[in-house]
Amino acid sequence: MKTRHVVLVIFGILFLVFPLVVPSDYYQHLVIIALMWVVIGASWNLLAGYTGQVSFGHAIFFGTGAYTAGILVTKLGISAWWGMAFGGIVSMAIGLFVGWICFRLRGPYFALATLAGGEIIRLVATNWESLTEGMVGILIIQTFRSKLPYYYIALALAALCIFVIDRVMKSKWGYYFVSIREDQDAAESLGIDTALYKNISLLISAFFTGMAGAFYMNYMAFIDPEVVYSLHYISIMAILVGIVGGVATILGPAVGAFVMVGVQETFRSAFFGLAPKWISQSHALVFGLLVIFVIMFLANGIVGDWGKIRRYVFRMKTTTP
Amino acid sequence: MALLEIKSLVKAFGGLKAVNEVSFQVEKGEIFGLIGPNGSGKTTIFNCINNFYPITSGDIFLKGYSIKGLKTHKICHLGIGRTFQVVKPLSRMTVMDNVTASVFCRVNSIKEARDRAYQILDYCNLLSEKDKLAKSLPIGGRKRLEIARALATKPELLLLDETAAGLNPSELDEAIDLIRRIREDGITILIVEHIMKVIMTISDRIHAINFGQTIAQGTPEEVANNQAVIEAYLGEDYAPGQ
Repeated sequence: MKTRHVVLVIFGILFLVFPLVVPSDYYQHLVIIALMWVVIGASWNLLAGYTGQVSFGHAIFFGTGAYTAGILVTKLGISAWWGMAFGGIVSMAIGLFVGWICFRLRGPYFALATLAGGEIIRLVATNWESLTEGMVGILIIQTFRSKLPYYYIALALAALCIFVIDRVMKSKWGYYFVSIREDQDAAESLGIDTALYKNISLLISAFFTGMAGAFYMNYMAFIDPEVVYSLHYISIMAILVGIVGGVATILGPAVGAFVMVGVQETFRSAFFGLAPKWISQSHALVFGLLVIFVIMFLANGIVGDWGKIRRYVFRMKTTTP
Repeated sequence: MALLEIKSLVKAFGGLKAVNEVSFQVEKGEIFGLIGPNGSGKTTIFNCINNFYPITSGDIFLKGYSIKGLKTHKICHLGIGRTFQVVKPLSRMTVMDNVTASVFCRVNSIKEARDRAYQILDYCNLLSEKDKLAKSLPIGGRKRLEIARALATKPELLLLDETAAGLNPSELDEAIDLIRRIREDGITILIVEHIMKVIMTISDRIHAINFGQTIAQGTPEEVANNQAVIEAYLGEDYAPGQ
């Protein structure tokens, strides 16, 4: 327990001083995006990893958070930062509706329903032009020119999200979530109101994902439905972050977010301009290969199978003198 | 007043009446056995009691109040705990966490829940396994875990569904001992069992069904010598007096 705390403190300090040590806007941007993905991945993990309700539609909550923040500016003329609170709340409201419909289904059927839900809300956002400006998108003016404030806001949000989920998982709710994942019928017969607790898990997940969406609106200053309600950029990416980092582990999504954003950027920028340009088009392929590798060899993700990775590396060291 | 009263219970799956007009009463403090050949509807009755299946007609009363149509988790909160014939361990949780999750039915604080789970594991002789994953337990352990989890919800009435099936002789004696201890602690037990050694030694009264219908009820001796019961189990040729 002690060493774990020391490691956490060291990482905390590293994150706090990072933008002061590395002044490059580009690298700061990457870490900000990764921190945002920590929030989305951790939220997805609460619902899918711990509660066992695999969502293929987390873009529903991300996009709703982003649009809430954007619409506050375009329709009400108030700061998009209010969206950080309201985005989460509106996402929860949408989450209630999603839960009401989708929790009638179990397992893969639930996943398919959320997938469909994500596509429906994307089409609604595209066509409800009077509210969302449709494909034109919403453009706002950034509050800060420096990356620093965004960095610390993203860091605080990620830390808060992980802290809250950690506390939840160590409480009665956490036991209930995992029980529901393991066997819904057994859980019900042990006095667990499975419908209620699945919804609680979904609402917490939706709240933080909505906050991440609102942060995205503030930070990027431009959104359109194809980006924030995207199936593959948001919903699938959330799943990849969770799976690669480690499903049902507290720090898995955090590790997964940095790995996935790192891999994505490395390939998108063709190894930071060092490799031929055509490589940048292969990043979806690399994602696919990475997921196959993780599922075959590290089924519990990087954090979940950390012991396995360490043993493997250790063995290589000892066998090669 | 009976603790549990089943009144003209009917459960139909399409045209098949799996349970047909079964009625019985379980008195507080007794061990009530429910027997019948394979497929006679014993587990279906359990599934009707805690509303895994909605019942077709009839009614179920707990302490005089109808529990028909209540949600399964609600029925557990009212004091009916159950185990499953095909065990349902929460596989990727430890034995301790399995029981702790169940204790939360009655308490909210995590410390209290763990203390209580510890006592229950001790009571069920599972303490040495407490940090193992539930899926790594052998069948005897899993059956005891089922009982431990059901006890953790502080039931007044415990439904045991073939908890002795698949156990070796020494485990069987342990199971009988455990069931007796549970009754001595004031918990009423409704038990479904195939192993006659178990059901005949521990039951106060036995209710026998076949093809979803009542064929006999009485003390273990009465039921064991009942012609309809012998016919149901062994066929008409073996029934006495033929």
